[in-house]
Parts: sequence; structure tokens; C-alpha cells
Amino acid sequence: MARIENRLMLEVLAKRLAAQRAGRGCVVKVCMGNGCLAAGAEDVYKALAAEIARQGVAAMVIPTGCQGFCQGAPVVTVEPSNYFLQRVTAFDVPKVVDIVVRRGGVLVQHLYREPETGAVCRCADEMPFFQNQVRIALRNLGRINPMDIEDYIAVGGYMALAKALTEITPDEVIEEVKKSGIRGRGGAGFPTGVKWEGARRVPGSRKFVICNGDEGDPGAFMDASLMEGDPHAVIEGMILCAYAIGNCSEGYIYVRQEYPLAVKRLGIALDQARALGLLGENILGSGLNFDIQLKKGAGAFVCGESTTLMISIEGKRPSPRVTPPRSVEQGLWGLPTCLNNVETFANIPAIITNGGEWYARYGTERSKGTKAFCITGKVKNTGLIEVPMGMTLREVVYKVGGGILEEGEFKAVQTGGPSGGCIPDAHIDTPLDFESLTRLGSMMGSGGMVVVDGKNCMVEFARFFLSFTQQESCGKCPPCRIGTYEMLQILDRIVAGEGREGDIERLEKLGLMIKKTSLCGLGQSAPNPVLSTIRYFRREYEAHIRGKRCPAQACTSLGLYVVGEDCILCGLCKQSCPHGAVIEGRDRFFIETVLCKRCGTCLAVCPIGCIRIEPEVQEEAVNR
Amino acid sequence: MADVAERAREIVSGVKGKEGVLIHVLQDIQEQFGYLPEEAVEVVSRELGVSTAEIYGVATFYTRFYFVPRGKNIIRVCRGTACHVRGSGRILGKLEEGLGLKSGETSPDLNFTLETVNCVGCCALAPVVVINEKAQTVLNPEKVLAALKRSGNNGQD
Repeated sequence: MARIENRLMLEVLAKRLAAQRAGRGCVVKVCMGNGCLAAGAEDVYKALAAEIARQGVAAMVIPTGCQGFCQGAPVVTVEPSNYFLQRVTAFDVPKVVDIVVRRGGVLVQHLYREPETGAVCRCADEMPFFQNQVRIALRNLGRINPMDIEDYIAVGGYMALAKALTEITPDEVIEEVKKSGIRGRGGAGFPTGVKWEGARRVPGSRKFVICNGDEGDPGAFMDASLMEGDPHAVIEGMILCAYAIGNCSEGYIYVRQEYPLAVKRLGIALDQARALGLLGENILGSGLNFDIQLKKGAGAFVCGESTTLMISIEGKRPSPRVTPPRSVEQGLWGLPTCLNNVETFANIPAIITNGGEWYARYGTERSKGTKAFCITGKVKNTGLIEVPMGMTLREVVYKVGGGILEEGEFKAVQTGGPSGGCIPDAHIDTPLDFESLTRLGSMMGSGGMVVVDGKNCMVEFARFFLSFTQQESCGKCPPCRIGTYEMLQILDRIVAGEGREGDIERLEKLGLMIKKTSLCGLGQSAPNPVLSTIRYFRREYEAHIRGKRCPAQACTSLGLYVVGEDCILCGLCKQSCPHGAVIEGRDRFFIETVLCKRCGTCLAVCPIGCIRIEPEVQEEAVNR
Repeated sequence: MADVAERAREIVSGVKGKEGVLIHVLQDIQEQFGYLPEEAVEVVSRELGVSTAEIYGVATFYTRFYFVPRGKNIIRVCRGTACHVRGSGRILGKLEEGLGLKSGETSPDLNFTLETVNCVGCCALAPVVVINEKAQTVLNPEKVLAALKRSGNNGQD
């Protein structure tokens, strides 16, 4: 395709492509997000293409980014009827093509059914999961083919850029971003407009724009989905940023190594944008020169920290540095650098197109707009969602997430990954915004949201996060390097049943010290999971330390194993016990305490779950 | 191993003179050989004018650079939060037991490498195991082990 020289050419092209797409009849959109691919979407895609050709139906198949409802993976949307099919395997494809694509009928077994009312939802719009969302950053996910720039242009892509380059000055772009009130979506929530203004004001003839795609938080995949599902939105946002801050012709996207698909699709998108002249020299005839390089990480969580990320791009051994000077003054190679998160950049084109005031209509007083979250863990509907800021946790978990798996009890939501904390039942009506979450000892973070039920032990959960941050600590500053290790040792001890009196206080003291004295965000937030679980689930810690028992029965090395009264005498526990500790009595089984190594094998095999763990010591102290 | 040095030299020559290419070069070398052979590192050191100490300083910092050859089949158990909550610890234990490897180890016949990864971004399908770059939900580790043993043996035949 020929280079686009100016705004008019882009508008003509967009009109032509949109008309072409409106008139193409039946389109089958197969979700090719990471989740659906893991569930076999690739095979479904191939099978659909082959089957449509075989049956001679007039339809086309296109891959899309994550459609959001990962619970039903692999999912398929059939246009124009907009039927939303879930759990479509290659085996189901002939049926789907015959009934849904050719005859326009419905396949009830592939439609979403509301668990409570049993009502069938034919389209995505009818599902409560989607009804309660507002999609701005994720606007194109699941709608377009991420590997085809024409799809993006047809839905109005690069129009914001054209508008900015021809109608508004860089200062006005910044003004618009400031008006929108958008704050950095990477977690810390620094106002984006203020950052851009700072980067513009700093004198310098060579500035950089960096997109932070090193989404390391376990349990979060919004940025991955955006880079895979709508890479051009991120690129357009970056070009707008380069235009706004001025004197900037080089950009970098730093992507985590664990996201090979994002690297691949971003690479394709960059090539296509270059071919059309949307990247490179004299973009749209405006005189703006800007190009983007892709940088692949190599597996270090700390590289998500902005100063560390820049050092990593420079090819040096990465560790954070002291700020100030801030990155906008001295960033990459000591030059002014504007770094933002993937989601922030993806929001920018929408803000420029619709205006900052439009964006500011969503959200709360101090946290404007919407935020993408990945809701996972023990909820019915796991997936990628975007909700207005200020929505309560209850609404997110019950309305969007559909409630707790297997009708279990809600125990806590973990937000912000290893830097965040756990929010318990008592605070479930908290609105989701930067300030409220921080007040509760958690954090917005990049947007992971893991729902925990009664079967998860909070002490073990805190230990899990701390072992993660401890491993990922870069080792530069002692509070983080030594402090997290000390905390982890205490937690290991508690989980193993060797907790001592005063351990909780030691953890609190250490945690606060690490928070205060660490160099970068990793250390400053590392104790959060431990401190917040102590704050809300102190009883569980006490039960581990004093009662030597785990209330959730998740820490298997605590307490005495007992076969309950409801035993059905199947003998599986006796067969599977590697230590020969299950003894068969005349009319019942029992576990010999001396032989039992507390490996937990019997717990896992018991078909009716009658093996219990009882406290070793009588715990009066626990209920004080 | 002249060919290792030769290939490494080719990789470096493409990017020589640009800024901040070290990690990129190491990634390309690893893609070629599956790990970072000593000869290749020495070539990189000479060609880019960076000491080997510095190169190892950078490479050992990251978890995704390897200094010994790796297995034909790479099994990565996701230990992200969502997978953890849904029981990935148990799955890792079963795989470790079944393959006779600890996390991070490679079998002596170079058939399998078992390792953990912090999150692969398909949390909705937790618990996830990535086998040779293909992520899949694993609820039954025994099944995976059986499939792996089969493919491993086929590889040998």
C-alpha cells in the first residue's frame, strides 16, 4: 500500500476501508488472545477457514485480540448477528459453520447462560460481564485484526494523530491530556499531562518516548492483551506523546520476554505503520520525524521500574537509581525521557479524538476515566475487564466477575500484584481509585485482581508474594535485599509451624522500615502484602503461631492429621500415603502421628474430604 | 568450536556501532544456540569492546539467560498469583517428582528442562504450564507427564 502523505489521504482511505468492511457480510472473529490461544484457538481458526471453504459459505474469518471473556475460551464472535460463542473447539466447527454462519441460527450450548436466571445471552451486550464495563483503552480489542493496520484505520485509527498534527499545537495536546485527568496506569498514578508538560519544558535537542510494557506483576495481563490486541493504539499514543513533548524522534517499547506474542504483533504493527509513513520521516506531511524500536526484556521484574528499565535499554546491568533527577530531566542516556505505561498510551488517541472533558466524565474526583483490570482467581468469570474508576469492589467481583467459584465465601481481593495488598470482606464496598486503595494498604498497581476464597491461607499467600519480591530484588539497596530476606525467613517459619511469639510484631517493624528506606518502588511496596494481611487477617497469623494450625487447611505442615467420622472406608489414603502412616483398624482408618510427615497426599486423594487437620495445642490464646 | 565463534561474529557485526545493543546481541545468540556458549561471549566481548566480566554481570542478572545447554523440551510451570491460588504449587511438585528434576534443572539426556515462570499472561486459564512455548491449562499433571515421556522417547528413536 502506498504511503499516506497527508490528513486528507488518511480520511479518504479510512472512509473507503470502513465502507468495504460494512459491506462484507458475515465475519467470524476468533479470539487469538493469549488465553484463547492456550485453549486451542489456533486450531479453531484453521478449522473455521477450512470448513467455510468446504461448505462454500460466503463468510470470512479474522483473528482478533483478547475479547475479554477468558473464562469461556476459546471464544468466537459471529457478525453481523453478533452472536457470542464460547468454548468452541475445532470439533465443534462444522456445526458452528453450518448453523450459525450459514443459516444464522443459534447454538444454545455455546452461548453464555446466566447462572442465576438461566437466561441465555446471545450477544456480548446481553451478558452482565460486558454490560457493566466501559471500554476506552480496550475499545478495539476483539473488534479488529491486530495484524492488519487497515482494520485499525477503518475504525478511526490514526485520526487522532492526524487531527493533532493539523489542527492543534503540542501545548494544546498536553492541555487536553491534563483536562482528561488521566493518571499513569502503571500503578503509581502520576498525572500524565503533568509529566508530558515537564518533558516539554525541559530543554534538550534529543528526547525519548518510552512505553513500559514490562508488565511483570503476576496475575496481570492487560498490557499484554493491549499490545497483542491493539498494538496500533499504543503506537499512535506514543507518536502523539512525541509530538507533544517536542524534539523527540526516537521511541522505545520495552516488552517483557515472557510475551513472545506481543513482541511478534508489535513488530508487525511497527512495520505496517512504517510502510504507510505513519512512522519515520515527515509523518503525514507535518514535518514530524519519529520512529520506534522494540526492546525485549530478559526476565527481570525490577525492569518494570522506570529508571531500571532505561538502564536495561542502555544494555547495562540494571538496577534503579536515586531520583531526582527525574526521568523527564535525565532519563535514557542522561537525556530527557517521557515514560508511560502501555494502557496510558492506548487511552491517549481516544482522549484526543473525543476531548479531555469527555474522558473526565468517567471516574471519581481525583481518579478520572476507566481502568483495565484482570480479574482472576476464584471468580466465575475470569478475564480482561475495563470499568470506570470508582466502581466498588463488590460490583466488580459480583456483577462483572459473576461471584465466587463454587458458591464459596469471598475472603479477599488482592490488587496490585506483589506490590499491593489484600482487601478483606469488610472493605468490599470500597470504590476502586488510587487513593482509596492506598488508604487500605493496597495499591492500584498495574491492575491485577486476584480473588481469594476461604480455601486460601493468607499467611501462605503473603509468603508467596514476598518470596517473589525477594527473588526479584536487584540487590542494590540493603533494606530490600536483606530486609525482605529476613521477613521471608520469619514467614517460612510461621508457615512451617515453627512461628514464635513476637513474630508478627517483628514482621510489622521490618516491613515499615523497608517501606521507608528502600530505594525504588519494588522495595517500598514489597512489604505491602504482608502488612495488609497482618492488618486484616491477624487471627490467621496467630492461629499459625500459637495454635499451630492453618484455618484454611492450606499449610499442610501444620497440625495433626485426623480421619473424620464420615470416612467411607475406601482406603485410598492408606494406598497413597508414602510414609505408611495410615493404619487400617478393625472398622476405621486412623493416622499414626509419629509416622505422619504431613505431606498432604491423603488430603488430596480423599474423595469426600474427610481428612482434617486439627490443632496440635489447645488454643485458648487464639480467641482472646 | 569455530562455528560458534563464526556465528557469534555474524550476529554482532549486524549491530556493531549502535548504542545499547548488548542485551539484544545476547538474546540473538541464545536464540541460535539455546544458551550462551563461552566462546560466543568472548567474541561479543572482543567485537563490542566490553569486558567478559561486564557481559556476565549483565547476563547473570536476568533470569532468562542460560549458561549451560538446555533440554529439547522446555516445561515452564507458571507460578503467578492466579496459578498459585488455583494450585500450581502442587502441579510443580508432581512434575518435579515425575521427571526427577528440580525446578531449573535439565535432564542428563538433554530431553527435558523444568523451570518456573512468574506469569505468562493467561491467568484466566490458571493453572498454566507452558510446554515448548505453548501454554496450556493443566489440571492433571500425570497426563502431561505421560505425553511428555511419549514425545521424549519419540525424539530419541
